[in-house]
Amino acid sequence: MDNLIQIVSILAAAIAVSFGAIGPALAEGRAVAAAMDAIARQPESAGTLSRTLFVGLAMIETMAIYCLVIAVLVLFANPFVG
Amino acid sequence: MNESPLLTPTLFHAGPVPISGAVVVTWLLVAVITTASWALTRHLSLRPGKAQCVLELFVETLDNQIRDTMQVQPEPYRALIGTLFLYILAANWSSLVPGIEPPTARLETDIVLAMIVLLASIGYGVATRGVRGYLRTFAEPSWVMIPLNLVEQLTRTFSLIVRLFGNVMSGVFVLGITLSLAGLLVPIPFMALDLLTGAIQAYIFSVLAMVFLGAAVEAHPTPKTLENKEP
Repeated sequence: MDNLIQIVSILAAAIAVSFGAIGPALAEGRAVAAAMDAIARQPESAGTLSRTLFVGLAMIETMAIYCLVIAVLVLFANPFVG
Repeated sequence: MNESPLLTPTLFHAGPVPISGAVVVTWLLVAVITTASWALTRHLSLRPGKAQCVLELFVETLDNQIRDTMQVQPEPYRALIGTLFLYILAANWSSLVPGIEPPTARLETDIVLAMIVLLASIGYGVATRGVRGYLRTFAEPSWVMIPLNLVEQLTRTFSLIVRLFGNVMSGVFVLGITLSLAGLLVPIPFMALDLLTGAIQAYIFSVLAMVFLGAAVEAHPTPKTLENKEP
């Protein structure tokens, strides 16, 4: 029974990371595409745009990192594994 | 990779108090930052040298950022925000020194940093509005929002903790995995990426601290302050 919980935990960690990466990946793609579009229109504001873009990307990436933290919690600090 | 990133191994005991590696690195960083700040501000002159120029540029950028984000005079908040930024930046970049693990990759350091922000927001809010005025901000715009506002205090502190911890810890994790898979030169691009992530996370943490402090100090501008702002 203990073994089953470990198998399920590993599966859950993999599913959490893989599905949690989908949303942020799409969002980062949209953000970068929008920034590229804006830079192509206004090359003179590229500095401000890329700075804001980096901060925004880090914010979006944090969503994926939350999933990673959950996966790490499940793998290393699982309360149901003796 | 069997070592859990959530547990903190004890390095040695100082009497009954267990001291972990992160605490020792924190002491080192505090010593380095304090010494550097003391050495840089000892001989300030009207005609600045190179070091003083960099220092003034940093302080000025910080002031402008605080002014833009919080819409207040930066003097009361400069020390707190600047120290937070410098410490997190130094902690994130300390992984460049071989054998040192960044203390922000441990949950405890991040909890303490977020607690400082939470307590500072309460402290500054009480100092500017009084206890009654600060408590009243929880009931804005109406008393229905009280539970939501209380929960918001907790969740945003929690997200501060997990954001910093997750980003730095995942960097350390990825480095460890690549190092165990492939040897000498492969981890270097990841280390460069870690530098970028560390700097951005330090910036984001201090900006969010500014936003929280600003919300506590001036959550909803009352009509009176708005009138004062009009010429």
